[in-house]
Amino acid sequence: MSTILAFPVAVPLAGAAFVAFTDDWTPKALKEIPAMLIAAATAVFSIIILVRSERMTLVHWFGGWQPRHGLAIGVGFVADPIGAGMAALVGVLVTASLIFSWRYMTDAPRLYRVLMLVFLAGMSGFALSGDLFNMFVWFELMGVAAYALAGYMVEQLGPLQGALNFAITNTIGAYFVLFGTGLLYGHTGSLNLAQIGRTLGHHKPNGLVVVAFTLVIVGFLIKSAIVPFHLWLADAHAVAPAPVCVLFSGVMVELGLLGVARVYWTAFEGPLGPDAGDVRMLLVWMGVVTALLGAVMCFLQRHLKRLLAYSTISHAGVMLAGIGLLDGKSLGGTANLVLSHGFLKGALFFAAGVLLRQFRDVDELRLHGSGRALPVLGVLFGIAAIGLIGLPYVGSFLGHSMIDDGAAEHGHGWIAVPLMIAAGVSSGAILRAGARIFLGWGPREDPLLTPEPPEKPPEVESSLPAMVGITAVVVAIGVAFSVIPGIEDRSEHAADRFRDRHTYVQRTLFAKVQRYGPSAPALVHAAKPSSIAYGLGAGAIALVTAAFGLFRRRIPGAARTVGARWLEPAVSGLKAVHTGVVGDYVMWITVGTAVIGGIWALTLAS
Amino acid sequence: MSFLPYALAGWIFVVGLYGVVSSRNLIHLALCLTVMQSGTYVLLLAIGYRNGTTAPIFRPSRHPAVDPVVQALTLTDIVVSVTVIALILALALGAHKESGSVNPEEIADFTG
Repeated sequence: MSTILAFPVAVPLAGAAFVAFTDDWTPKALKEIPAMLIAAATAVFSIIILVRSERMTLVHWFGGWQPRHGLAIGVGFVADPIGAGMAALVGVLVTASLIFSWRYMTDAPRLYRVLMLVFLAGMSGFALSGDLFNMFVWFELMGVAAYALAGYMVEQLGPLQGALNFAITNTIGAYFVLFGTGLLYGHTGSLNLAQIGRTLGHHKPNGLVVVAFTLVIVGFLIKSAIVPFHLWLADAHAVAPAPVCVLFSGVMVELGLLGVARVYWTAFEGPLGPDAGDVRMLLVWMGVVTALLGAVMCFLQRHLKRLLAYSTISHAGVMLAGIGLLDGKSLGGTANLVLSHGFLKGALFFAAGVLLRQFRDVDELRLHGSGRALPVLGVLFGIAAIGLIGLPYVGSFLGHSMIDDGAAEHGHGWIAVPLMIAAGVSSGAILRAGARIFLGWGPREDPLLTPEPPEKPPEVESSLPAMVGITAVVVAIGVAFSVIPGIEDRSEHAADRFRDRHTYVQRTLFAKVQRYGPSAPALVHAAKPSSIAYGLGAGAIALVTAAFGLFRRRIPGAARTVGARWLEPAVSGLKAVHTGVVGDYVMWITVGTAVIGGIWALTLAS
Repeated sequence: MSFLPYALAGWIFVVGLYGVVSSRNLIHLALCLTVMQSGTYVLLLAIGYRNGTTAPIFRPSRHPAVDPVVQALTLTDIVVSVTVIALILALALGAHKESGSVNPEEIADFTG
């Protein structure tokens, strides 16, 4: 038994109750401390689990309900390095966010801290759970906390709209998961992922299994903002407080993808494995389309947090492509990308929070040149944006190069090109915003960019050096991920274990422990020339994109008119789809689900 | 066990989904969400039902009963979703306070 697996949920949940109960009596100077310590303790427990899980997969059955003869009745947590790594990332980012929010929240700060701890518990539980219904419960718990945090500034319309769209679409996603779970329970008599997978075995899937698969996967894809389920994300991220956005972008979206990967490899790989090509085709295409569309929409924003939100959609697409390739190398690369993206995007949202505090605005055009007063923040912003490009050996490079290698290994090498373009364009848009805000480059007006309503700024009681300091720490961690010795081998090894269904079943249902040798040697591998070329290509695209955003008035008049004639209908068409009306979003969800389900029903079912 | 309860569950779910898509009132929309959710209750209870059995209470005597697991799931589902619906209604109330409207089209502040 590994009781420690219960701690990443028990500590923050008990802590949330403790904070809610004692906050009124705590002296003002100490009010922020308990929540921070609780989050830090949770992070430490998750990191201990991560370290221990590298030797063997840890399992904990709540209430001691261990499986007998391979039948699981109780609810179990199963920690492998990828799930535990996700929980550790969640813990670290929540702690960083709480440090950043020191005196940042002046309206109902007690509720803010309690919600953050509940959010932490929900995300950690989702990352560690080995039970499908239990995953639904954590999914809803993190959802509820997240909706409340998104709509935190209740006296403005934007946050209410964002939180409503977020809550309604994601609740429908949760019902999809639940409906699929119900169908699977009826079919297999189990809620435990290992047992579902064992019962489904290698039988050719029938219609019911395909419908259940579609519903569960779509439910998680809604959370991970994959086109056409992505529409809620920009609304929610644009309006949530900056430290909350760090968690939405850095871990919550990625947890949806973890759900997709977990459910596929534990439950469905047996029946769907022979037709993996059809699953792969659809997931990879959705990933590629999401990456490109997110990048283009990112370029069209001037509201800084909304711009970063679309960049997150783009990166979620890259990650889905990495998972959808269904091999160990790409999955390991995706895990790496999640880590570096979590920190770098987190730093960018922190920077947006600092700008909002200092200049009471997050609009790129209105902030034109104001950032000159904050040179340190400007440098950090630039480094974080460059880290997201994937330049050789910087930031997200390792994740991208591993995905490219994995894709090339089974003849999908073309995927590297759209992913390079997406990373280049979205990072170029962030660089453009940075250059305009911190350097004052480019014009003060740009009709291409969508104007959005302003946001009520936080109080200036918060400490600027502390905020910039935590941003610097987060940037430094994010940029270093590509050159941490041994991380490439370890993440690939972790991905192979994640995909090893047989060992997972033996460990979970029959308590047969498989021990793994000492970690891989601490080496930084030389990247393939093609990966370096793609990294440099993304850098060039980012430069061109940023320059186009800032200086396109210098393009000769004739070329500009021709370009505008082609671009403008496309741009306004794209913008028109993002209506901000929740009914439209749900219609896209319905249509998307029907199309995905239809394709899989035709290709997968016997 | 007939096919009908499953068809009914699917029907309720899709009717609720149609309501959410076409709704022009957030309160109505929240109710449509609960309709969707009722579809999941019917599905879960249908899965656990066995002809000629009773409620899963095993004292004083042991006898064939319906599956208690799905009933526990339904209860959990109700508890979890009550929170979500309450939150959505509270947000709708806030939106009405700010804009005087509960029409999702009229509160769409951020677009594009």
